[in-house]
Amino acid sequence: MDKFNIIVLAKQVPDTRQVGKDAMNADGTINRAALPAVFNPEDLNALEQALAIKDRFPGSTVTMLTMGPERAKEIVMEGVYRGADGGYLLTDRLFAGADTLATSYALSTAIRKTGKYDIIIGGRQAIDGDTAQVGPQVAEKLGLNQITYIEEVLDIDSKSVTVKRVITGGVETVKAPLPCVLTVNGSAAPCRPRNAKLLMGRKNYEVPAWTVADVNADPVKCGLSGSPTKVKKIENIVFQAKESKRYGAGDADIAALIEELAVNHIIG
Amino acid sequence: MNNYKDTPELKARMNSPLMERIVELKENFYTEAEKYDYAPAGFADAMDNFDRVLELTGSVCDEVIAPNAEAVDREGSHCSGGRVQYSAGTARNLKVMHQAGMSGFGLPRQYGGLNMPVTVFSAVCEMISRADASFQNVWGLQSCADTINEFGSPEQREKYLRMASEGATMSMDLTEPDAGSDLQSVMLKATEDPENGCWRLNGVKRFITNGDSDIHLVLARSEEGTSDGRGLSLFIYDKRDGGVNVRRIEDTMGIHGSPTCELVFNNAKAELCGERRLGLIKYVMSLMNGARLGIATQSVGIQDAAWREAVEYAAERRQFGRPIDTFPAVYQMLAVMKAKIEASRSLLYETSRYVDIYKSLDAIAKTRTLTAEERQESRRYSRLADALTPIAKGMTSEFANQNTYDSIQIHGGSGFMRDYACERLYRDARITSIYEGTTQLQVVAALRYVTGGVYSRFVKDMLVTLPDSAARQAISDMVARLDEMTAHVTDQKETEVNDFCGRRLMESAAYCVMCTLLLRDSVETPGLFDKSLKVFLDYSRSQVDGHYSVVMTWTAQSMDYYRQSLPYSRV
Repeated sequence: MDKFNIIVLAKQVPDTRQVGKDAMNADGTINRAALPAVFNPEDLNALEQALAIKDRFPGSTVTMLTMGPERAKEIVMEGVYRGADGGYLLTDRLFAGADTLATSYALSTAIRKTGKYDIIIGGRQAIDGDTAQVGPQVAEKLGLNQITYIEEVLDIDSKSVTVKRVITGGVETVKAPLPCVLTVNGSAAPCRPRNAKLLMGRKNYEVPAWTVADVNADPVKCGLSGSPTKVKKIENIVFQAKESKRYGAGDADIAALIEELAVNHIIG
Repeated sequence: MNNYKDTPELKARMNSPLMERIVELKENFYTEAEKYDYAPAGFADAMDNFDRVLELTGSVCDEVIAPNAEAVDREGSHCSGGRVQYSAGTARNLKVMHQAGMSGFGLPRQYGGLNMPVTVFSAVCEMISRADASFQNVWGLQSCADTINEFGSPEQREKYLRMASEGATMSMDLTEPDAGSDLQSVMLKATEDPENGCWRLNGVKRFITNGDSDIHLVLARSEEGTSDGRGLSLFIYDKRDGGVNVRRIEDTMGIHGSPTCELVFNNAKAELCGERRLGLIKYVMSLMNGARLGIATQSVGIQDAAWREAVEYAAERRQFGRPIDTFPAVYQMLAVMKAKIEASRSLLYETSRYVDIYKSLDAIAKTRTLTAEERQESRRYSRLADALTPIAKGMTSEFANQNTYDSIQIHGGSGFMRDYACERLYRDARITSIYEGTTQLQVVAALRYVTGGVYSRFVKDMLVTLPDSAARQAISDMVARLDEMTAHVTDQKETEVNDFCGRRLMESAAYCVMCTLLLRDSVETPGLFDKSLKVFLDYSRSQVDGHYSVVMTWTAQSMDYYRQSLPYSRV
């Protein structure tokens, strides 16, 4: 029977579902101390897909990979308590301040270092940035196929994977050769809970921590120095009802809408 | 919110000094750590494991079971083609609890179980009951496997305990149309089928909780021509063999997620569990003690849920320009509710600990001869557990009814509407003082311990170990009244007087025991139970004094008015 090596990309994020009035600092950055750190929700959906493949193909391995401060090893442990075999924490001052480009670069170097992989799977996006860029960029950097917005892994064999993915107004079934990067939508099956035996049996698991040097990464491409994104300002926008415009379904109204969007450079 | 993390009162009960002994016995002096990665290497390791498992339970309760509870109540179970289909929420709860590795909770590791003490199992059951009392029936009945573990053959243990650890559900099929409280009247017929090397069951069972389970324990009459308990044996039925159909699901007042079934046995293949003729007198008695403790956990969980609903409502609801929890009539009720919960917990977990000690010693006795001290220890705790179980079941279930009643009362008219959870809790609570032996039967079971002075001695022995205090004095006074009442009743040497005053005596004894245990808990965990202890003492004193004033003037003639109050003559 086939066996697969699966790497789960997961991120520890501030729980933006618990946003209170002190959630933001005066400078517009997130006040991480005021928000509990949680497993990014869609990464949990991704973990479930990985564990479901392992259920179907015993002998497969599920390896967690995360990047963050020391405390982010909780993410690896959470994965282990739910059924992952182990994992790695990428942690180094040099990784700090990374945007999606530097993050995907760091993750791709770590994935290469893990050796053999058939599937790399992560959530569609993280709730603190909502970019949905990291998964696709990892695929690009590793030169792999990617399928985004997946809802379920339908079938997998030694050569290819077939998935159901969400598209506007429906779903489609897509097949891709392995190895492959998958990003999972929040509408996928919820993740299984932690397991009592694993909570007890694996509590002493030591999460290996990798630095920039450990993964042979170029320090210049990592962290702040590898991040072209510079945040100028974050604003809290509250739309007022009087700011909205209504367009009807007629051709003239639709033309006016397109023009307005084009003028504002929202499209085009 | 997490049912475990938000309840320090529960965690405090897990840290009893008796735990060290319980765990070393349950772990047979930590001999399994080499063989299983999830077996603890020592006491601290084990306690950390319990904490982890309880926190996991809390999060499953919070994230899955509690949010499903209302829909489960509305939907109920379905029956078609002789099979039960759980409500969608119950099915999901079962799946998630199994994924969480909570199957085979108390079973030995060699069968895939977690080998958890009864005390920890009780805590899990309490939390689940708080989230959805009906699910506690479906999930908690896995503890029927303990009976197979204790009395079954090695082959039966290998087969059925492994199934239970892999998520098989269980039921105990005892009640019949004409055999409710009086199980000696069970008629379901068991006949040997030597050709196929098995037994065959024929007849009807009624009111069977979770009656379409994977593994049934069935009480049946194996000895033709008998009519009492000594003709009954216990059987195991594997649903995969077929022969048992669900005729219907009862339309119950509450616990809708737990299907209450009428079962038809049609030549169903079954295996004898243990020895013939010991079905009722040995195995079911053991099974029932476990089940009664289970109902006590369910009762405590419901009490707690009802109290939390009431607190939340009373804090928000404003009348006469202020929150209603500022009115003496309301905060008094809330305090008494909370005190009943804590008194119930003290009794529940004390009983669980005693069960743990003697059951673990029993298990060790299967592998080696116990020392004289160990035998004595086992006897002592077994007797105490037998004495505490009926008052735990009886009192906590009555309190569950009282607390849910008061919870609705605090909600006022809103509590009468189905929009609020207190209404479901009220309906769910009602069965707790009925099934697994009515309160009246718990009184019968407790009465011999009352008249034998067991509770009185228990209280006095514990009080001398506790520092002097006003509470200790108050309990001493109460137990003196219990002794007076007991002497007054037994001196009359009339069984009917005994039975008539039984409820008052049992309750008085129970208040003495609960106050003592709550005092002990407040000494062990300073600050956490002081207020509940004071409130519960007030409440207990008023109850015991009331009983005292009636019982002490009681004579055999006093019953006449009661008998004659029947609208017809029964002489």
